Amino acid sequence: MNSVLRTVIQRLGLGLLTLLAVSVIIFSTLEFLPGGYAENILGQGATKENVANFNKELGLDRPATVRYFEWIGGVVQGDFGNSYSGLNGKIKRSVTGVIAPRFYNTFFLAAMTAVVAIPIALALGLLAALYRNSWFDRTVNALTLTTIASPEFFVAYLLMYFLAIKNRWFYSLSTVDVNTPFWEHVSRGLLPALTLTLVIIAHMMRMTRASIINLLSSPYIEMARLKGLTPSQVILKHALPNAWAPIATVIAFNLAYLVVGVVVVEVVFVYPGIGQLMVDSVSTRDMPVVQACALIFAATYILLNLLADIVAIITNPRLLHPK
Amino acid sequence: MTTEPQDIRSIRTRRSFVQNAKRLLKTAPISAWFGMIVIAFYLFIAIFAPVLAPFSESDAIGKAYEQPSLAHWFGTDQIGRDVLSRVMYGARNTIGIALLTVMISFAIGGVLGVYAAVTRGWLDQILSRLVDVLMSIPVLIFSLMLLAMFGKELYNLILILAVLDSTRVYRLARNTALSVAVQDFVEAARLRGEKLPWIVLREIVPNILPPLIAEFGLRFCFVFLTISALSFLGVGIQPPTADWGSMVAESKTLITYGRIQPLIPAASIALLTVAVNFVVDWFLQKTSGLRDEK
Repeated sequence: MNSVLRTVIQRLGLGLLTLLAVSVIIFSTLEFLPGGYAENILGQGATKENVANFNKELGLDRPATVRYFEWIGGVVQGDFGNSYSGLNGKIKRSVTGVIAPRFYNTFFLAAMTAVVAIPIALALGLLAALYRNSWFDRTVNALTLTTIASPEFFVAYLLMYFLAIKNRWFYSLSTVDVNTPFWEHVSRGLLPALTLTLVIIAHMMRMTRASIINLLSSPYIEMARLKGLTPSQVILKHALPNAWAPIATVIAFNLAYLVVGVVVVEVVFVYPGIGQLMVDSVSTRDMPVVQACALIFAATYILLNLLADIVAIITNPRLLHPK
Repeated sequence: MTTEPQDIRSIRTRRSFVQNAKRLLKTAPISAWFGMIVIAFYLFIAIFAPVLAPFSESDAIGKAYEQPSLAHWFGTDQIGRDVLSRVMYGARNTIGIALLTVMISFAIGGVLGVYAAVTRGWLDQILSRLVDVLMSIPVLIFSLMLLAMFGKELYNLILILAVLDSTRVYRLARNTALSVAVQDFVEAARLRGEKLPWIVLREIVPNILPPLIAEFGLRFCFVFLTISALSFLGVGIQPPTADWGSMVAESKTLITYGRIQPLIPAASIALLTVAVNFVVDWFLQKTSGLRDEK
């Protein structure tokens, strides 16, 4: 058990280190801007005083290291600083206040997608692996390859066209707010969730298929078959303990993939999530919000991969029985 | 008959490149054929867009949002430009920009990756750790942030995506080159006193080329989709340049009126990436023996 614990702690430490490095990169991109942020925003005509005032107002006149530690210290406590928008007015808009409701919405959408997509994808992948090279396998293979290769907005608009415009079965736009009741939130989120589900299932199914095929072709499974075990015994007692790790990796990888897919899909369906917020802030160059969104996306991505690795370590039968 | 029969196993009777290509193509599955034909068609349109397109890329020639007609097969867009012509020019712009980006990405990632694998010094250590960190940020998110920072100019878009994408190329090039570099024939070349350029170019590169070529296809798809997504989000290729991603964004309101205009550029993107994927799939099976055992 000791070696398991040690490996887990090592992996956790590495994950934290990555997270820290990523936060430094996200923060410091602003510093690498040739000519500085203020000059870029204010344009060529800006005088020295203008630039100095602008920098002072945003607190950009202090050294970068000081600002980084202030920023990261705040982030750890859930405070991402103030948005640049509405800065000239007296009211300061805190980034956290802007992000929090959006974060809930995106989480809601991702959860809806995951609940539907994971069981279907795992089942399909398992079936395709068990009956590989059958017509079922070939059809699913070609279909998923097509889905993976299409841009998300193509799938999204295709679904919107056929399911919400031609046949009015779903809401075509997913406008929700804080006061939207739970079930209405679900029904308005159905179409974006369906889009994400299709995209995710394709990835997840292919990865499941590949890892199960890989597993079933290993010698010890052949041995179990040859000594006359029933197929269910082979799968449940011999294959499954070794399958947890690849399955966890597949799930985590695809949930992390959701992070990227969600940006485009939210914009298509005008769903007020964190992805849309990031795109809006990019066009207004509201850097604190952009950096906060980027950090949240990256952290989700890293933490999911970390989780998958830890599951893989914990369920690895070889580590559980040290020599 | 006094002439000697030619030895069948003679090295001289080796097949030429063209013969090899013919033999290979004969065994290609239908999906690969489909892919190759589609790619050829796209390249043809991209290269000859100025000749083929009935109208220009940026001139308004009709009323806004006209329905498809004989004069305008796909209708007109929000300021009255011919959509068919813009789709054709879009092939030129979008494919060209994506290709350029991937080439830069391979130039950076491939060279650094092979160099790191061969020398295995502190540079390898530093680059590999840096790549680990960079790869833990999703490319779309990272490029959105960088574009917000540096501005939406085209050269920024190309450079940012090329650098971010080169991390993937670096990793593949380094890992494959590393597995080749430890083999006996490389050691033999070293011992007989070959210099580094010979070892890299004559011993290592030919052996890592097949996976890298396949990767080129996949990276092209990825970069192409990312550029399209960024353009769709309004931070990629800027108007008035015709580009498929931004064309979808510009005409997206039409879909709520039951018109399929935004689906045309979107489908053009999907068809190309699907085609490239089919070809790469076949190529991978051919070269790496990655096929499922029977």
